[in-house]
Amino acid sequence: MNEIIEHIKKRFPVYEIGEGPNGVILMSVEASRLVPMLTSLKTNHGYSILVILSTVDWLEDCKFQLTYIVNNPEEKRDLGIRVFIQREDAEMESIHTLWEHAATFQREIKEMFGINFPGSPGVDDQFLLEGWDNKPPMRRDFDTKKYAEETFFPRPGRETNDPAAYMKQKLYPDE
Amino acid sequence: MSEKKDIPEDMFLAPENRKHTVTGPDGEVIHVDPLNDYFCQDLPKVEAPYKGVLEKFLNWARAESLWVLAYGTGCGSIELPPLFSPRFDAYRFGVMMRPTPRQSGVLIISGYLAVKTLKRAIRSYEQMQNPKYVIALGSCTINGGMYFDSYNTINRLDHYLPVDVYIAGCMPRPEAILAGFNKLKERIKSGNAEGANHYAENLEWYKANQKKIIKDWNMPTYNW
Repeated sequence: MNEIIEHIKKRFPVYEIGEGPNGVILMSVEASRLVPMLTSLKTNHGYSILVILSTVDWLEDCKFQLTYIVNNPEEKRDLGIRVFIQREDAEMESIHTLWEHAATFQREIKEMFGINFPGSPGVDDQFLLEGWDNKPPMRRDFDTKKYAEETFFPRPGRETNDPAAYMKQKLYPDE
Repeated sequence: MSEKKDIPEDMFLAPENRKHTVTGPDGEVIHVDPLNDYFCQDLPKVEAPYKGVLEKFLNWARAESLWVLAYGTGCGSIELPPLFSPRFDAYRFGVMMRPTPRQSGVLIISGYLAVKTLKRAIRSYEQMQNPKYVIALGSCTINGGMYFDSYNTINRLDHYLPVDVYIAGCMPRPEAILAGFNKLKERIKSGNAEGANHYAENLEWYKANQKKIIKDWNMPTYNW
């Protein structure tokens, strides 16, 4: 494993190498070097399966984090590659040429986060939200509760307790 | 090099799918286009119940043979198959599953309903024939349940479809669903289960609610 990391370090500007859950090695790379790196991992190092492509919205830093987890079926080992891109007019290079099923992940991310993947097949098609005309709902500045209350006729009489305030009231009623 | 011949559009269609004309028994000529999607343009009408003993007899007959559309949304659909297994045996109550909306009289909305699914549920409901009833399972259909603040699941079903019986729980067990069927039977026998008529009377209100959330309305107003 260390040999591969050393090898990748020599060729690509990798930073922030860490360990995630279940012993997954996570590393960050510049967005422009991602596709060459994944190509190298797939062709030279046997990481032939794309397990998942997921997104995190770092609203405070004005960034999106894309995590590509690839799997080596012979060594039974996962490797996670993280990429940070700007939140404004977010756009990322498509990897559907490496793995066909990445197009589905990218289509979903386009719909839920509004990150564009130019050239990915069917990336503009509707996936789950038919006729959605609002902000992409998985962005953290989209207020789902407010949207649901305005749209879906909430039934009156529903009480919701804030957990922190409820426990404080229960444990320390005098304060 | 052979020149490209004029190929008719329906060359590769099966003969029964091509446009053709049919002569009726009275000599009228009917043009048929099998690939066109035909639907009835008429809006639903209120079917006034009969009076007296006849309506009571009909209600008894309706209550004793509830045919359920085998259609599941959300997590509650996993509670329906055991209902028809020997342990719970819904057949002894006259409840049975049917595969298509045309053959069934009860629509079970089993759990949370996404907007995308609501569109299909409305189509299924409108294609069912009178008399028809709706049973809603789970707290999601009552007030949204744990999805009350979701961007894509409806909060209360009775704004979109006329609900006869709600069964509370998350999810209700098959015993609860059997109790719900018995409740629906009582309701039908007492003559209160007029959901289809209510839907026909208040069609504008229902359609306004449905079109508020289904933004790409690409189907007829009332489709069946």
